[in-house]
Amino acid sequence: MTIQQTQDEIIADFELFGDWMDKYEYIIQLGKELPMIEEQYKTDDNLIRGCQSRVWLHTEFRDGHLFFTADSDAVITKGLISLVIKVLNGQTPKAIIESDLYFIDAIGLSSHLSPTRSNGLLSMVKQIKLYALAYQKKSVES
Amino acid sequence: MTNANDILESHMIDVEAVRKDFPILSTHVYGYPLVYLDNAATTQKPESVLHAMDDYYHTINSNVHRGVHHLSQQATEAYEGARQKIADFINARHNHEIIYTRGTTESINLVASCFGRKFLKPGDSILISAVEHHSNIVPWQMICEEKGASLKVIPVDDEGELILDNLDKLLDDVKLVSFNYVSNSLGGVNPVQAIIMAAHKRGIPVLLDAAQAVQHLEVDVQSLDVDFLAFSSHKLYGPTGIGVLYGKEEWLNQLPPYQGGGEMIKTVTFEKTTYNDLPYKFEAGTPDMAGAVGLAAAIDYVLGLGIRNIQQAEHSLMSYALGTLTEINGFRLIGKAVAERRAGVISFLVGDIHPFDLGEILDKQGIAVRTGHHCAQPVMDRYCIPGTVRASLAIYNNSQDIDRLAAGIRKASALLS
Repeated sequence: MTIQQTQDEIIADFELFGDWMDKYEYIIQLGKELPMIEEQYKTDDNLIRGCQSRVWLHTEFRDGHLFFTADSDAVITKGLISLVIKVLNGQTPKAIIESDLYFIDAIGLSSHLSPTRSNGLLSMVKQIKLYALAYQKKSVES
Repeated sequence: MTNANDILESHMIDVEAVRKDFPILSTHVYGYPLVYLDNAATTQKPESVLHAMDDYYHTINSNVHRGVHHLSQQATEAYEGARQKIADFINARHNHEIIYTRGTTESINLVASCFGRKFLKPGDSILISAVEHHSNIVPWQMICEEKGASLKVIPVDDEGELILDNLDKLLDDVKLVSFNYVSNSLGGVNPVQAIIMAAHKRGIPVLLDAAQAVQHLEVDVQSLDVDFLAFSSHKLYGPTGIGVLYGKEEWLNQLPPYQGGGEMIKTVTFEKTTYNDLPYKFEAGTPDMAGAVGLAAAIDYVLGLGIRNIQQAEHSLMSYALGTLTEINGFRLIGKAVAERRAGVISFLVGDIHPFDLGEILDKQGIAVRTGHHCAQPVMDRYCIPGTVRASLAIYNNSQDIDRLAAGIRKASALLS
């Protein structure tokens, strides 16, 4: 699936929720469900400091595609991270660099991408794009 | 637990009438009536303050002090009248002991820079406390680094109480003590008099960060005998962008100017500039006249209600809030548990819920609180927590606000646990 297709699917899923409580319940559930990162990768090197919540991000590059695992100490952030990863996992660096994560705004959680909140999610998206840039550069050079 | 009706009758202030003075309080957020409990970050402004500033721009706006014309004189009168009002408000001996700044942060930076340049030498120390806002840590670190001086810290116990046992020893080599009257992150009222007396016994001046005090308690610089005191207008129901540095005349006269420019000079030639007298020596550039007028209106508003009445009303509401909130399953108050020694701020966690998650679910219910480290990272490190949720009170908050907060926390807790 393309980045756009996965985003549109998420947006369609969220349209089914009656009110904000249901929506948050779902995101929180996503956040609780999975240990998204192996303990060995929860290192200071992989830590992205937001003002409000902390995020750990581990990246692997296999056969021209990027794969992410991540975690956060805040569960709503963690739920959103799992959605971002669902959208970007297995994509090429080029597709990630060019991606526009419009689904976060569309499902009504744009405050998580607002710099005034300066929280972990925004920093994580920036970091993912930086990794993608670095891997793209590397694959061009090699 | 205090009965909600009792607290409304135990003081002289009609909170429901007060609420009507603040237009923003009728706002709805996500369909809910706004519950504004982020007053330690900034308070809302009463109609009288908004009107005073509007009126200033509509009728007398002009640059102060230099104009010979009518409007300039009127603007100057309003601006200097505000200075006198501020002096009276904190009982300063002279109105030239009141320096206008942009806020508490700039006030502290002014003293750190000017006092540091004049008096700090290698090996000297500045003493602060463990419960300071970053704005009372970083300016001192900057000047200490520049001067080869060091920063020392009065420690804090598990309850948020400053530990004064070794204060006298801590004061060795100290050139100035700077600490907050009320902690912005925990809300505890610090033992101001004990620290000032101990410092003065050794001839050491004291700066008091009163940013979280002037809106809650009566502050009298003469009875405190404090040497410098800083506060912001916007936490005292006044406009943003203006604040105050009080300094004893004898100290301010010893300090070099802060910034250079217009207003702070007496004569300028390319060879030598002589500086203006107090307070203008520290007020380079065109000042915030409208801000000063707004601040004066805010002080009038506070004095109209009576600062002691405000203190009593907030104290009752604080008792009610602590009683109500501590009944919530998993509620953990960070810092002192008693209302007697607390002003404005309730800093808390619920179970293992991350403060950011809790704050977000409260926001969705129209309840404004602050989450995070409250610009006091060392305080959070001291208690090994990522941050807290902070609910902070002002005179327009009522028991319904607290009930909404409690219900909101319960709902968030059910969702997040």
